[in-house]
Amino acid sequence: MPRRADLKKIMLLGSGPIIIGQACEFDYSGAQACKALKEEGYEIVLVNSNPATIMTDPEMADKIYLEPLVPEIVAKIIERERPQALLPTLGGQTALNLASQLYEQGVLQKYQVELIGADYQAIKKGEDRQLFKEAITEIGYRVPESGTAHNLKQAIKIATTIGFPVIIRPAYTLGGTGSAVAYNVEEFKELAEIGLKASLTNEILIEESVLGWKEYELEVMRDLKDNVVIICSIENFDPMGVHTGDSITVAPVQTLTDKEYQKMRDAAIAIIRKIGVATGGSNIQFAVNPENGQMVVIEMNPRVSRSSALASKATGFPIAKIATKLAVGYTLDEIPNDITKKTPSYFEPTIDYCVVKIPKFNFEKFPGAVPQLGTSMKSVGEVMAIGRNFKEALQKALRSLEERFSGLEDIKLEWPVEQGLKVANPQRLFYIREALRQGKSIEEVYQLCNIDRWFLANIEEIVRLEKKLKKAKGKPLSFAMLKQAKEFGFSDKQLAWLTGCPELQISKLREKYGLQAQYKCVDTCAGEFVAETPYFYSTYEYSEITTARQ
Amino acid sequence: MKGHLVVEDGTIYTGKIFGARAVRYGELIFNTSMTGYQEILFDPSYKGQILAMTYPLIGNYGVNTEDCESERIHLEGFVVREKSRIYSNWRAQKSLEELFKEQKVVGLEGVDTRKITETIREFGALKAGIFPGNRDKREMVTLVQKSPSLVGRDIVSRVIKSEAYTWQNFGKYKVVVLDCGVKYNILRLLARLNLKVVVYPATAPWQEIEKEEPDGILISNGPGDPEPLKTVVSTVSNLVGRHPVFGICLGHQILGQVFGGKTYKLKFGHHGANHPVKDLTTGRIYITVQNHGFCVDQRTLDETEIEITHTNLNDGTLEGMAHKKWPIFSVQFHPEDAPGPRDTEYLFTKFYTLIENAQES
Repeated sequence: MPRRADLKKIMLLGSGPIIIGQACEFDYSGAQACKALKEEGYEIVLVNSNPATIMTDPEMADKIYLEPLVPEIVAKIIERERPQALLPTLGGQTALNLASQLYEQGVLQKYQVELIGADYQAIKKGEDRQLFKEAITEIGYRVPESGTAHNLKQAIKIATTIGFPVIIRPAYTLGGTGSAVAYNVEEFKELAEIGLKASLTNEILIEESVLGWKEYELEVMRDLKDNVVIICSIENFDPMGVHTGDSITVAPVQTLTDKEYQKMRDAAIAIIRKIGVATGGSNIQFAVNPENGQMVVIEMNPRVSRSSALASKATGFPIAKIATKLAVGYTLDEIPNDITKKTPSYFEPTIDYCVVKIPKFNFEKFPGAVPQLGTSMKSVGEVMAIGRNFKEALQKALRSLEERFSGLEDIKLEWPVEQGLKVANPQRLFYIREALRQGKSIEEVYQLCNIDRWFLANIEEIVRLEKKLKKAKGKPLSFAMLKQAKEFGFSDKQLAWLTGCPELQISKLREKYGLQAQYKCVDTCAGEFVAETPYFYSTYEYSEITTARQ
Repeated sequence: MKGHLVVEDGTIYTGKIFGARAVRYGELIFNTSMTGYQEILFDPSYKGQILAMTYPLIGNYGVNTEDCESERIHLEGFVVREKSRIYSNWRAQKSLEELFKEQKVVGLEGVDTRKITETIREFGALKAGIFPGNRDKREMVTLVQKSPSLVGRDIVSRVIKSEAYTWQNFGKYKVVVLDCGVKYNILRLLARLNLKVVVYPATAPWQEIEKEEPDGILISNGPGDPEPLKTVVSTVSNLVGRHPVFGICLGHQILGQVFGGKTYKLKFGHHGANHPVKDLTTGRIYITVQNHGFCVDQRTLDETEIEITHTNLNDGTLEGMAHKKWPIFSVQFHPEDAPGPRDTEYLFTKFYTLIENAQES
């Protein structure tokens, strides 16, 4: 289907101020949406209260309203501008909530503004835990056992029926604000009250705990012809219990067999259809029991999310841009792949590298805050790194955090190692390193933190190489050892510290050995097609290639 | 142990051998699936090929007995960037390395699989060999250049059983699967539809298959060049018109030849789990699993009883066809997935309906 000709003017909602759980990723998605709509010749009315954004630059939209994102004000703008449609799925939860309110107050109906991307029913089903649970159960999948409460008495009754520990999730909040885990009735009472207050509708969900299960996310796209594709699969390094925004995450999934991955893929497709997101991207989260593979659906965001920004950069598939084009009537096969130009966007990206995201925290700016991670989001940003293996991507990401890490290295740890493993915290990676360095087995570490053994084994490889490098202190590094260290993501600075050899000398040695960074392509297709506009990542993959011609 | 992947153009990739330490020759191709290495390894269609995986981390979830697609690994060699040191999955029973040792399969790790992919993309599938240890480079290249090509050879007979066998002995209707190198998931999906499933080697005479009194016939996937399979083509020629027929991959290429079409070799084929295919009859598009190096030439079907039903959105090649009068259809992709998206499994139900309709009329 071509673009919709019945629409002339489209209103786009931004996400307002930058807060925890809603940062510049929504400026990125909003700016992408503006560009995509402009490309199609639509008149854009943009509302965002945050002027410190790219999307509110004068050339981005036709009309820009720097006004509060509240229904009363937006209603006035609608009355004045009379857009035919409202696109609420690119401005985070703020835009989605605002669109819901405008619908509930009858504003959209009064001025005949159509919600495109996701309609009111879909937004409702995605956000209202009870409706979501019903929808998921109807299509044969399971969500954790749960119940909704509007007051403390109700809440306690539900919690005791499910059994502790339970998770408390307030309905309609940003970035999981107010979500918490309660291990007993006393804790529960306190946390439930906070949750009830945090919810826009004074409503909390009390849920069976799936703490320690493996957590996964799929980024899904759907068009008006009901075509559905998976853009990216993500496996969380941190198991269930840590908010996805605060988890270290890895793309693509690493420890699922194809059978298990396909089961999850099927579920994701069924869910986006059932919830009724007409067009665009959604993020669907799953938990998998590491003992038996049992899978439950955790939640769905019927909109572009922080994970979509990550998935876009991780795969080369511009989710926000494509979501916008789908919202105005295009189908996936009509939009060319931005990178290959020749193949259509109707495909599932495949990647030939490993992507690691590490959240960035700023606990020092919040005096009194305990650096402990849970179900409500505390990170203020994130970094992403690409490598040819997990070890390289992980160490690159650590260096990108701007916390002066030169990789996975010795840092001062405040807590005893066991506590640092057991309690999720921003430095857990370093506690894992320390535990393995002290000689704890992968199994022992796993029992304390429930982080998948595959990730732990990779960290152990880094630790083992670190020991080998330390042993070689004083001697010049051999080609083989330096090659392996670079492939494992060690920086020259790290190597200098480990071997006692100045950084500059390491760099010179690399030059001598021919171990230079290579730049490999992010092209959506693992090299199957020629990339016209790819972007690149650095990697120290070294492979011996020679030629012998007759 | 050091090992080399030697390509006919003279390029030598040096890495580390795992599994069996033996010399193997084959056509070098790549697969872009990120999951499903076990199913891929056990797919008989890879006979005669050395496979490089584009996804760099392989072996992460080990291997198990449930996800096998045939009795053993048929491919000639397996090339990966990094073989996982450990495996982690609740169903895993052993590591990739243990499996390779058991089955005497040659693996090579530590080579630049991206570079290999780009070379194949540019020059097409090439002849290659894997050599363990140290050897004279020129000698290795010469050996590779002298190794047999996949083109023009019948290798189906090397992957199939010599005797017929029953996969499921009960069911509403009886399907005979003509085995050209069948993947178990084809048999599993037929069995799940409550069909009696009997498997005949592709080399069986058509009279013997007729004696089974089948209600439907499925011509399976399999390895290599479809063109030299004259006997199988003639067998199938005698079976069409009598029963509903469903062809998959090599089975589709055989049917193409039965109805007068010709096959040709693709530059480097389609091997992956993300290929968009359009059903021309409905306009719907599906993400399909593909594994083929040959293709039926659409133009050679122009004045036949065959109608084109599916095409590939990436390159426009033929992906599916149907007979204009008889209940016969076939697809180039793999509706039995394993590994890959299960979006086209419904085609098995379509086959079932054709059988049911034929019974009723």
